[in-house]
Amino acid sequence: MSYELVAGLETHIELSTNTKIFCGCTTAFGAEPNTNCCPVCIGLPGTMPKLNRRVVDYAILAGLATNCEISPISKMDRKNYVYPDLPKAYQVSQYDKPLCERGYITLSSGKRINITRIHIEEDAGKLVHERGDTYVDYNRGGVPLIEIVTEPDIRSIEEAIEYVEKLQLIMKYIGVSDVKMQEGSLRCDVNISVRKKGDEKFGTRAEIKNMNSFTFMAKALQYEFERQVDLLESGERVIQETRRYNTDTGETEAMRGKEDAHDYRYFREPDLVTIQTSPEDIARLREMLPELPEQKLARYVADYGIPEADAQLIVKYRKVAEYFDAVVSKIQNPKTASNFIVGQIFKALSTEAAKEELALSVSSEMLAELIRLLESGKINMGMAKSTLDKMLETGKHATELLSQEDMAGLDENALRNHCMEAIAANPAAVKDYQSGKEKALKAILGAVMRATKGRADAAAAEKLLIELITK
Amino acid sequence: MQRNESRIRRLHDLLTRKELSCTELTQKYIDQIESDNARLNAYVNVTPAQALKSAQEVDKKLHAGEKLSLLEGIPMTLKDNISTEGIETTCCSNILKGYVPIYDATVWKTLKAHNAVMLGKTNMDEFAMGSSCDTSCFGGALNPYNQAHVAGGSSGGVASAVGGNLAVYGLGSDTGGSIRQPASFCGLVGLKPTYGAVSRYGLIAYASSLDQIGPITSTVEDAALVFDAISGKDEMDSTSSGARETTADKLNGDMKGLRIGIAREYFEGIRDDVKAALENAIKTYEHMGAEIVYFNLPILKYALPVYYILACAEASSNLGRYDGIRYGYRAQSYNSVHEMICKTRSEGFGAEVKRRILLGTYVLSSGYYDAYYKKAQNLRGTIVKAFRSAFETCDIILAPTVPMTAFELNFTAKDQVETYLTDICTVPINIAGLPAVSIPCGFDAKGLPIGMQLIGNTFCETTILKAAYHYESEKYAEIYKELDLGVRL
Repeated sequence: MSYELVAGLETHIELSTNTKIFCGCTTAFGAEPNTNCCPVCIGLPGTMPKLNRRVVDYAILAGLATNCEISPISKMDRKNYVYPDLPKAYQVSQYDKPLCERGYITLSSGKRINITRIHIEEDAGKLVHERGDTYVDYNRGGVPLIEIVTEPDIRSIEEAIEYVEKLQLIMKYIGVSDVKMQEGSLRCDVNISVRKKGDEKFGTRAEIKNMNSFTFMAKALQYEFERQVDLLESGERVIQETRRYNTDTGETEAMRGKEDAHDYRYFREPDLVTIQTSPEDIARLREMLPELPEQKLARYVADYGIPEADAQLIVKYRKVAEYFDAVVSKIQNPKTASNFIVGQIFKALSTEAAKEELALSVSSEMLAELIRLLESGKINMGMAKSTLDKMLETGKHATELLSQEDMAGLDENALRNHCMEAIAANPAAVKDYQSGKEKALKAILGAVMRATKGRADAAAAEKLLIELITK
Repeated sequence: MQRNESRIRRLHDLLTRKELSCTELTQKYIDQIESDNARLNAYVNVTPAQALKSAQEVDKKLHAGEKLSLLEGIPMTLKDNISTEGIETTCCSNILKGYVPIYDATVWKTLKAHNAVMLGKTNMDEFAMGSSCDTSCFGGALNPYNQAHVAGGSSGGVASAVGGNLAVYGLGSDTGGSIRQPASFCGLVGLKPTYGAVSRYGLIAYASSLDQIGPITSTVEDAALVFDAISGKDEMDSTSSGARETTADKLNGDMKGLRIGIAREYFEGIRDDVKAALENAIKTYEHMGAEIVYFNLPILKYALPVYYILACAEASSNLGRYDGIRYGYRAQSYNSVHEMICKTRSEGFGAEVKRRILLGTYVLSSGYYDAYYKKAQNLRGTIVKAFRSAFETCDIILAPTVPMTAFELNFTAKDQVETYLTDICTVPINIAGLPAVSIPCGFDAKGLPIGMQLIGNTFCETTILKAAYHYESEKYAEIYKELDLGVRL
């Protein structure tokens, strides 16, 4: 009997606003414990939250970028639970009136993963265990989060991962978060169940927490899928519960069952007023949306004729795509730029981080200048490639690395003269070629290249030589 | 001296005419507290050093010939749930003993900027939950008229202090009547402003959607002056909007054509002497040219359950933070964080607070939410609408503040529900977010004051204060002659 996986994701994303959601404290990561705190974010008696409107803007941007409807009227609610890292014993979140609803993300297969809702909330502090003691660091308390919840539309581990990757990329493009899984600025919980293929009804689900990389996520889902299938196959039932992925054992383990599920006693946060979003607000934010990865990809393939695989590589890194767009705006043939980027430049940006950050000494203007030299025939492809290597190494402009003579180029007549001279100077080779030894042409071409100090376009020269010899 | 002359103005004149220095004035009050506080238990924390320091600042200004604002140098007090930087703020709860705020409540920041002289923090029911101040961990504040009776609650300490002349005025908070009821019990003026007129930032929350800070004073004009100083939009309180206008400069004029509404339900089940005093007051208003309009407000019977459901629900959440981790009381022995939190709360909170936390937790729990909290929220909307339509036919509503006069000590211990019932006249106002002022309108046979409540439409503080001022001017000779307690300057 074959089973299929059914999953829905809840993704928490830390927003990269400068200040926290309800106070003016910085959201900077990595400060000394309890230094980025104030009476409001440690919930001292009598303090009240003040909503950072930028958080609302960022969440709406996320909603617009994932095709959501934006609620004109929204509100904040209290989610009550007791934990030492939650200084008010409630988290200010959104319950029944989230900011964004009914969106979707399209996978490369064309399948849509529907987004139920996106809401804003505050992060909690964190517990630090040291030398047998437990301490609380409230620096993270009040850092703004959005939670993006999908419908149970995901049917495979690959779809789950592609969804998160797509989501991550969109968030990077709109610049609302740095979405780093390892640092916790993107955290995923997966609701997973299994059912027999062809069944209409969903199985009982388990919620898996604590997967802080794509690798762990894939492993955790695989483990959990098999665990649930095994349970069903052996006639047992899946229990609705929250499970945690243990990175040491590679297994998921039960955290709390349905009976122990929190009763959050949600109710409206009386210290905050209704969040109103006007059509003008939405229009203003829509205006701010950059071209999204999917749109860029389509444009590169359709308008520029760039192979989809190359286009995908460029779109994968927001800064690379912006770099590419900048170069393209200053040259004639976008394909030349994409070839250089996917080739030599990616080779120079050897790590993911380098590509992400575009840690490059060659600016888009410098690359465009080089390509313009090539396009105007002042240098040939070979020279362009070797010059780019030098540019990547030294950070110098092409014009600094190439001499006047290098950039003099060769017109049709000059090339013809050089070819005729080479033919005259190598009668033996010409004879050999005429008698069928094609290799002999290399010697003549070599003479042309030497005479022109490499400035000749080898392909053009070869073509001309054949024409002259066989005429 | 006309009795309803503003005390604040009178002291201000004495100060500016240099008839006495602010330090002398402050010292008189400190001495008075020293001699009378043991009897009244109004203050739980007296801060003479802080008061004298502020007084010296005022004297420096006087000496330099600078002008003083009206509230400058006037000795006053704050209820112990208003956060004061560097001064212990306990809400009269064991769980907050030793808690010293690191920031000032907005109202205190404002008054500090006026060089207000704060004499200390006053007694209250624990976390403002109670009607007689007896849930205070320091024991209750007593009525300045008769110490066999309570000062009322929850702002009992403020009323006891102002009534006993241990402060010129004080700020209390009113969630279901906690300013108006003790003002009524102590023969004072107590103003509960429109929800949002005064910033709540720094007021330790009981029920956030109902809480409001306001003054307790000896005269209506004083209440108006203090209200004008503390009202305003505050960036730190998103729910604040500030008052629409100043009030103290608009108290004169006449009562002609003022439509006073009487909701019949308000006069059912109240004590006869209270009813008689209120009926006399109505006659006085008629005599002054006001028009009396009678109507029914049947929805009032739901106000009490709505109040206790909503207030307890919010309290259960607001009080969740007292876990012993960051400040205040922490249990001595425990084996786990969970146990520490449980023991801290079990040992730190008093019985009434625990009762309301349990009630509130219950009404918000899944399975009960719809039956209680949601229903109460819906009814709240209905009550708001009922008042809105009542104000189409009248300008103010006149009602008793409390159905009786100050309880005898330990009255509340007998029957909890009966105690809750004493809030019946005041809670609808908080539910509807309206302004209301309680002023004295007579005495019972024991000589304890009777209060009446003038209720206004939202942001109509001027209308109710003006009506209160006119009544006070008209009746001061008979109502206030008996009120002259203790030292007068």
